[in-house]
Amino acid sequence: MNGSVPIVEIINLSKSYHRGNQVIPVLNNITFNIREGDFLALMGPSGSGKTTLLNLIAGIDKVDSGIIRVGGTDITVLSETELAGWRGINVGFVFQFYNLIPVLTAFDNVELPLLLTNLSKKERKEHVEIALKVVNLSDRMDHYPGQLSGGQQQRVAIARAMVTDPTILVADEPTGDLDRASAEEIMALMERLNIESGKTIIMVTHDPRAAEKARILKHLDKGVLNSNS
Amino acid sequence: MYIIKLLIKNTFRHKLRTCLTVLSVAIAILAFGLLRTVIDAWYAGVQASSVNRLVARHAVSMILTLPISYKEKIRQIEGVKIVSYGTWFGAFYIEEKNFFANFAVDPKSFLELYPEYILQPDEKSAFLRDKKSCVAGAKLVKRFGWKIGDIVTLKGTIYPGNWEFVLRGIYRGKNKNTDESQFFFHFDYLNETLKKTVPARADQVGYYMIEVASADLVADVAIRIDKTFHNSLAETLTETEKAFQLGFVSMSDAIITALRLVTFIVIVIILAVVANTINMTARERIGEYSVFKTLGFGGWRIAGLIFGESLIITMIGCTVGIILTFPSANAFANTVGSYFPTFNVTMDTILLDIMFSILVGMLAAIIPTYHSIKIPIADGLRRIG
Repeated sequence: MNGSVPIVEIINLSKSYHRGNQVIPVLNNITFNIREGDFLALMGPSGSGKTTLLNLIAGIDKVDSGIIRVGGTDITVLSETELAGWRGINVGFVFQFYNLIPVLTAFDNVELPLLLTNLSKKERKEHVEIALKVVNLSDRMDHYPGQLSGGQQQRVAIARAMVTDPTILVADEPTGDLDRASAEEIMALMERLNIESGKTIIMVTHDPRAAEKARILKHLDKGVLNSNS
Repeated sequence: MYIIKLLIKNTFRHKLRTCLTVLSVAIAILAFGLLRTVIDAWYAGVQASSVNRLVARHAVSMILTLPISYKEKIRQIEGVKIVSYGTWFGAFYIEEKNFFANFAVDPKSFLELYPEYILQPDEKSAFLRDKKSCVAGAKLVKRFGWKIGDIVTLKGTIYPGNWEFVLRGIYRGKNKNTDESQFFFHFDYLNETLKKTVPARADQVGYYMIEVASADLVADVAIRIDKTFHNSLAETLTETEKAFQLGFVSMSDAIITALRLVTFIVIVIILAVVANTINMTARERIGEYSVFKTLGFGGWRIAGLIFGESLIITMIGCTVGIILTFPSANAFANTVGSYFPTFNVTMDTILLDIMFSILVGMLAAIIPTYHSIKIPIADGLRRIG
């Protein structure tokens, strides 16, 4: 399943934040590749730069220096507008707090990214129904997020992330807000997506149980990527 | 359809806040509509003016009179079709608060000159026959509950005494903006009484009303009339009926300016209220907008969500305000309508309501949209949770 060509290439990536006159380095000259079909877990202490690295790979933050290629496209040279379009096609997001739109049903939330495609209403409906079936929520499609448990909301979020069939799936602490049982459900689902559908997944987590499901584990500490598992 | 559904759901996410904002907009639109209608009512006479009609008055002041003998001289001027004359009578009915416009006119030429005052043929002939008769507008008749054949006694101020008239006709306006609150009677009745009581004031008229054969001749005829009486004891100032009416309106210039200022302030108030609501809403949804951006929604789409919500609020408020304007204007007209010849909510006022609501909706959304688009996605996402 894993291709030899990297789907994500990160070369000499550095990123720092400015607080007043103070420059705080977050990522320091990082270079690594992720192959198609990989399931990578990024771990590390708080403030180590995990989420920053994930945001940079997903094109929602800008690098100071270095190159990030996703599917052969150097996203560091894209404008904001180009990045928005690129994200819509290439990246599926799963957030810690699900980030569903509370006034929309599960169905509508999953349909949201499809509005940016050229699909007809009927085609969108088919895609959404399939995505909700994959996450086993076909019977909850008319429910609002407030009517769903945390685990169900996260499954809707995963369906929303997958519905456009993106190049990569990025997940930032996907189990961070869930109880153990729900967390295991979510991790099983992600593992299934990786194994059965060949999805490339990059996940940031503090949870060693969640990280166990990944096939590659990388540690970040003080902005330096220092070990592989 | 999806986006409209999302906009409507977003708009009513905070029902109380949205309803209060809509109510504020509706009240402001109502106030704006009523104030505009008051201003329009002030200009009703100007709007009802004919382009073919001239008014000649004393060149020094409106309160000075002109000799009745001018009528024949004016008639002989080339381009003049009809000449009539009249005098502001300035009387009231029973007590001073029952004030309305009343004029002594030459009935035959007056009715020819003003076809917009419509009388039944039998009422017209009765009015023309009887020198002590009068006609009144339908609105005035309704106000005092008069009926045909009633004796109406007015108390004179400029021409002191009790003046009795027989109501022979009730005129209706041909157009919506025709003043139906006036009172006309025979100049001869006034003149003959003055000849007996104050002869020095007899054979004098307040103004001449002239119909010109065509609108192209209006300027030339006005110049010729004034030339005719140049260097006489009573020089004339001849102007279009519109300019003459504007002269009256300009006397209330300060009030109209104040009203216009208030209408402007009302718009600024709506803007502040809506801007505050949209600003609060957008600030609360920064995280959500960041999620949208993460999913690939660009700046224009985020702007569409914020502008759309702002416009929905202002347009609902505008609709409610417009609906309320009509019964409110009727109630207002019933209360103080006697001070205004016409009091109608015009299509222009409605269009201005809509235009300003759209403008306010757009302006209110600019700053929240700018902030929502400019905030980095990563910063916006940190506001969640």
